Amino acid sequence: MNTAIETQGLAKRYRGKQALAECTVAVPAGAITGLVGPNGAGKSTFLNLVTGMLAPSGGSIKVLGQAPGTQLARVGFVAQDTPVYAGLSIADHLRLGAHLNPGWDQSYAQERIARLGLDAKQKAGKLSGGQRAQLALTMAIAKRPALLILDEPVAALDPLARRGFTDDLTDVARSTGMSVVLSSHLVSDLERTCDWLIVLNGGRVRAAGPLRDLLAAHPGQSTEDMVLTYLEKTS
Amino acid sequence: MTWLTWRQSRIQFLTAAAALVIIALAYGLTASGLNHLYAVYGTHPAEFLAQVKTGKYPLLYFAGGAIMYLAPVLIGAFWGAPMIARELEAGTSRLVWNQSVTRTRWLLVKLAIGGGAAMAFAGIASLLLSWWSAPIDKAGGFPVGTSQLSRFAPLMFGTRGIVPVGAAALAFTLGVTVGLLLRRVIPAMAVTVALLAALLFAMPAAVSPHLISPAQYTRPVVANLTTMTMTGSGQLSDPVTDMPGAWILSDQIITSSGTVFALPDVPACQTGTQAQCDSWLARQSLRQHVVYQPASRYWTFQILETLIWLAIAVALAGVSWRRIRAALRAAAIGHERGFREHVQWVDAEVSCSTAPGRTHASRAGSAQSIVIPLRRLGMRRILISSRPVAG
Repeated sequence: MNTAIETQGLAKRYRGKQALAECTVAVPAGAITGLVGPNGAGKSTFLNLVTGMLAPSGGSIKVLGQAPGTQLARVGFVAQDTPVYAGLSIADHLRLGAHLNPGWDQSYAQERIARLGLDAKQKAGKLSGGQRAQLALTMAIAKRPALLILDEPVAALDPLARRGFTDDLTDVARSTGMSVVLSSHLVSDLERTCDWLIVLNGGRVRAAGPLRDLLAAHPGQSTEDMVLTYLEKTS
Repeated sequence: MTWLTWRQSRIQFLTAAAALVIIALAYGLTASGLNHLYAVYGTHPAEFLAQVKTGKYPLLYFAGGAIMYLAPVLIGAFWGAPMIARELEAGTSRLVWNQSVTRTRWLLVKLAIGGGAAMAFAGIASLLLSWWSAPIDKAGGFPVGTSQLSRFAPLMFGTRGIVPVGAAALAFTLGVTVGLLLRRVIPAMAVTVALLAALLFAMPAAVSPHLISPAQYTRPVVANLTTMTMTGSGQLSDPVTDMPGAWILSDQIITSSGTVFALPDVPACQTGTQAQCDSWLARQSLRQHVVYQPASRYWTFQILETLIWLAIAVALAGVSWRRIRAALRAAAIGHERGFREHVQWVDAEVSCSTAPGRTHASRAGSAQSIVIPLRRLGMRRILISSRPVAG
C-alpha cells in the first residue's frame, strides 16, 4: 500500500493540554480517508500537523514521503470555515491561484465555477457558505495536488449542500486519483464518501482502517453505531 | 505574489499616487513664482524673505511640512497595519499560506512591495518639497518672528531630504509588525499611530541632538531690550542671525562668571526708560553662549537619521520574519479556541435537551433521526453546528 501520510507516535501539546497523543497511522494514497470524532478530538490538530501549519511536539510525520509543509504545491488544503477574500471576486481568486501555484489548471477552475452556476464576477464576500466552500474546493483542486486535505469542509452547509459537496468531491477524487483526507464530526458526512476511516477521540486514534473492514468487524451495526462503539471504548 | 499584494493594497497605491499628483501640481505650479522672487531679491535675503511671508507661500511651505509628518503616520496605520492583521483577522492567511508560496516569501514580498512603494512615495514627495523650498533654504529658512526656521531646525528637518524615505520604511514595517503581533486591524492601527507619534517626536527631541557632539561658541555681547527678547524668568535671548541654515540647540546670555544671566531688580530697568536699562545692561560685560550644529553637518545628519530609521525598520522586519512561524502556532490554537467560544449550541437543525439525568441530542430534519446519549460520546455537550469565526 502506498501511503500519503505516515505518522509514528505523533503528539501535539498546546500550553500543557494534550491535543494529540501516540498517533500512529498510515493514510493510503489514492483513497478518500475520513477523520471522524467529536469536537476537540484532535482532528484539526492532526490536519494542521499534516499541512505544516503546526509543528509537532513529539513523534514523526511524513506527508508524501517528506516533512510536512515542504511540498506546498503537492498538498491542497481547505481550512476550517473555508476562508476566502471577501473583497475579491471569484475570478480574482482564480487569478490568485494561477499566480501562486505552478501546477494551476485554470481551464478546469473556470469550467468548474461555471458548472456550479457561480458568477465569476461576484465578490467572494457575497457568496453563501456552500458557494464559499465550493470556491475554496475549486482552488484546492485546480492546484492539482497529490493530496487534498479538507478540515470540516461541510460544517457550515445545510444537509442538501453537504450531500452535493461530498458527492462532487468523490467524483473529483475518483477521476483524478488524488488522495483525500477530510474531517467531520458527523459520521453521515463521511460514510457515503470514504474508503478509509480514522476514528479520533480525546486526542487518540481509536480505530483506523478500510471502512468495509471496520464494518465487517461489527456485523449488524450501521456506520454510526460502529463509530459510537469505538468512541465508547474511550471512556 | 506581486499581483496579490498589488490587488490587496490597490486603494493605498492609488491614494498615494493621487496624493503625489496633487502635491506635484501644487508645488510645480507655484515654484516658478518663488524662483522669480528669488531671482529679483536673492541678493538681499531679508527682502526676499519679506516677500515670501506674504500670499500663498506660508501656506504652501507649512502644508508641505504637515504632509511629510502625516505621511508616515498614514502609511503605518492604513497601509502597514492592515496588511497582515486583516489576513489573520479574516482567516484568509489560512487560504494564502496553502498555495504553493512559502510563508516567508509571502511576508517578504509584502514587505518589499509595500515598503518599497511607501519609500518611493515619501522620496518623491520629499524631493518635490525640497526642490520647491530650495530658494527659501538658500536664504536661510522661513522667517518666523525675529529668527528663521531653517531646513535643519527640528520642525523642518524630518520633512526634507532623505529622512522621509527612512521614516516611511519605518512606519510601514512598524505597521506590519504590530499587525502581525496584535492580529486585529483596528487595535493594530491605533497602536501603530501611537508608537509612530512617539518615535517621530523622540527623534528630534531626544536622539538627533546627541548624534554628533554640537559645536559651541561664546562671544561678548552688548545686551539690550531692543533686539533681544526676554523670557518670563528674566533671561535674555538674542536671535542668532549670522549662521543661516544652522541648527541652534541653545542660545543663552551668560554673565562674566559663566552663569545664565537673568535680569535682576535694578532700578534702571524697573523704573527707568528702556534706554537707561540698555545702558545699564551694556556695562555688565555679558556674553552670548550658543550651542549649535553647523549648517555644513546637514547631510551628515540626514544620512544618520535615515540610517537609524532604516535600521529600526530592518529590525522590525526581522521580528516579523521570526514571528510568522510562531504566529502560525498561535493562529491554529486561537482559531480552535475561537471556534469553541462561538458555538451556536442550538439551531434549526438540531434540538438539544439538557434535562438532568438524561442529557441527549437528537438530530431532527433528517430521515434517519437518531438520539445519542452524550455520555456515550464521552462528552458533556455536543457541538452540532457552528458559525465561522475570525481566525
